[in-house]
Amino acid sequence: MNHKLEVRNVTKAYISEKGEIKALEDINLDVKPGEFLCIIGPSGCGKTTLLRMIAGLEYPTSGEIILDGKEVKGPSSDRGMVFQEFSLFPWRTVLKNVEFGLQMRNIKSKERHAIAERYIELVGLRGFEKHYPYELSGGMKQRVAIARALATEPSILLMDEPFGSVDAQTRNILQEELLQIWKRTKKTIIFVTHSVDEAVYLADRVVVMSARPGRIVECIDIDIERPRKRTSVEANVIREQLLRKLITEHKKVGLI
Amino acid sequence: MKRNRLISILNNRGIIEAISLSLTIILWELVSNFIVRNPGKLPSPYSILLAFCDIWEIIPLDIGISLLHFGIGIGAGAAMGIIVGMLMGWFRIVDRIMDPMVEILRPIPPLAWVPFAILWGGLTHYAAGFIVFIGAFFPILINTYTGFREVDKTYIDAARVLGCREEWKLIKFIALPFSLPFIATGIRIGMGVGWMCVVAAELFGVSKSGLGYRLFQVFWPLHMIDKLILYMIILGLVALLLDRLFRYFVEEKLFKWKRGIVIAK
Repeated sequence: MNHKLEVRNVTKAYISEKGEIKALEDINLDVKPGEFLCIIGPSGCGKTTLLRMIAGLEYPTSGEIILDGKEVKGPSSDRGMVFQEFSLFPWRTVLKNVEFGLQMRNIKSKERHAIAERYIELVGLRGFEKHYPYELSGGMKQRVAIARALATEPSILLMDEPFGSVDAQTRNILQEELLQIWKRTKKTIIFVTHSVDEAVYLADRVVVMSARPGRIVECIDIDIERPRKRTSVEANVIREQLLRKLITEHKKVGLI
Repeated sequence: MKRNRLISILNNRGIIEAISLSLTIILWELVSNFIVRNPGKLPSPYSILLAFCDIWEIIPLDIGISLLHFGIGIGAGAAMGIIVGMLMGWFRIVDRIMDPMVEILRPIPPLAWVPFAILWGGLTHYAAGFIVFIGAFFPILINTYTGFREVDKTYIDAARVLGCREEWKLIKFIALPFSLPFIATGIRIGMGVGWMCVVAAELFGVSKSGLGYRLFQVFWPLHMIDKLILYMIILGLVALLLDRLFRYFVEEKLFKWKRGIVIAK
């Protein structure tokens, strides 16, 4: 299957009391099927907005987002999303959370149960089906969120700083597991982060964005062989390159 | 050693509470018998017990009738309060349409509605139920409304991405379950206000029994102060029981997912 995602001349502006604020300007991006793409940039650069527009939760002011030749006009089950904040429904158990998307598609209870179980197992949470979100750690919650997003079998997985609020240790483990899942399910993943380390460890390609208005300033391919070593020389070289780019962007808006 | 054992016995659940309650009753008995010495002003606990033995047959019917009034009012109040609260909380336009009426009607004390309750409903159980309804409706409405307003945007986004797109589905699967604790709180507050309204509503002779009716139309005019206190105690105990039952069935059974309620157990 060919799930080509194209972002064409996308601009996003908000109207506020002080007038028009440009969040994104002239974004052009092609995402190849099966690619692991990371988007990094200073906070407020509109990377989340871009992801939300790809999800169909927001609309470009001009330009278009095209998936498989069709313009994105709203959320659809071909794009799953994992949110930055904990977005699990607290009144549903782990199982019921993962089943949610299937339930919306009117899949019979028995079948969706079986599918959900499979994805719960994939993220390593077997045995936690009956638990409520408050009983889980931050990392476990995000695993459930990943299982929930995958359960409807989207071709593209959108992730908005999903590991931003878990501790460093857990974060490394989750990154590794995500790569395993990516390898096994062959999804296209678009991953927003502010961590250069995370981007270098995960991505096939890193998109660096500038501060407001957000523009793409650089695309860097990461050809380091997988499985990657976090401390390898090649990784450090790319990290250095990305960091320098980011610092320039930060300085432009006076964040440093 | 001995002292430690005494302390550990006292620390047992309910011991201190039971002693405190008993001492209060004994004190009351003493004050009533030796200081006030006027059963018309302060009957003793013992005379209240005698009053109970005297009239216990009529108590269940009075409680039943009061609960009927209460049930009519709370049932209608919950149904209407939840529906209107949901619509106002979810749809901006409904909020703006309803808000002036709600804000003007809400501060009117429920008792001010008594003439209308009787004009519209006659001297029936429904008239009493209507007063309870007025008392219960607004807290339930406001709490439901608040719950719907506070639904986390992330939940809505997550649901939409997962294929929950129609408004009614977002209400059913996201806003309503999210708001249930708010609604439960509203009903609890509404029940408290509603119970006060029961007593007041029965004051006006809408029925020939009921706790409030008996208290105001029989015991008070006939100056049966011991029975009057007995009914005050019953009013308190029934309300306490209703609240406990509600908390048991709703909060502990329905809201397992809420942190704190489970942890506290």
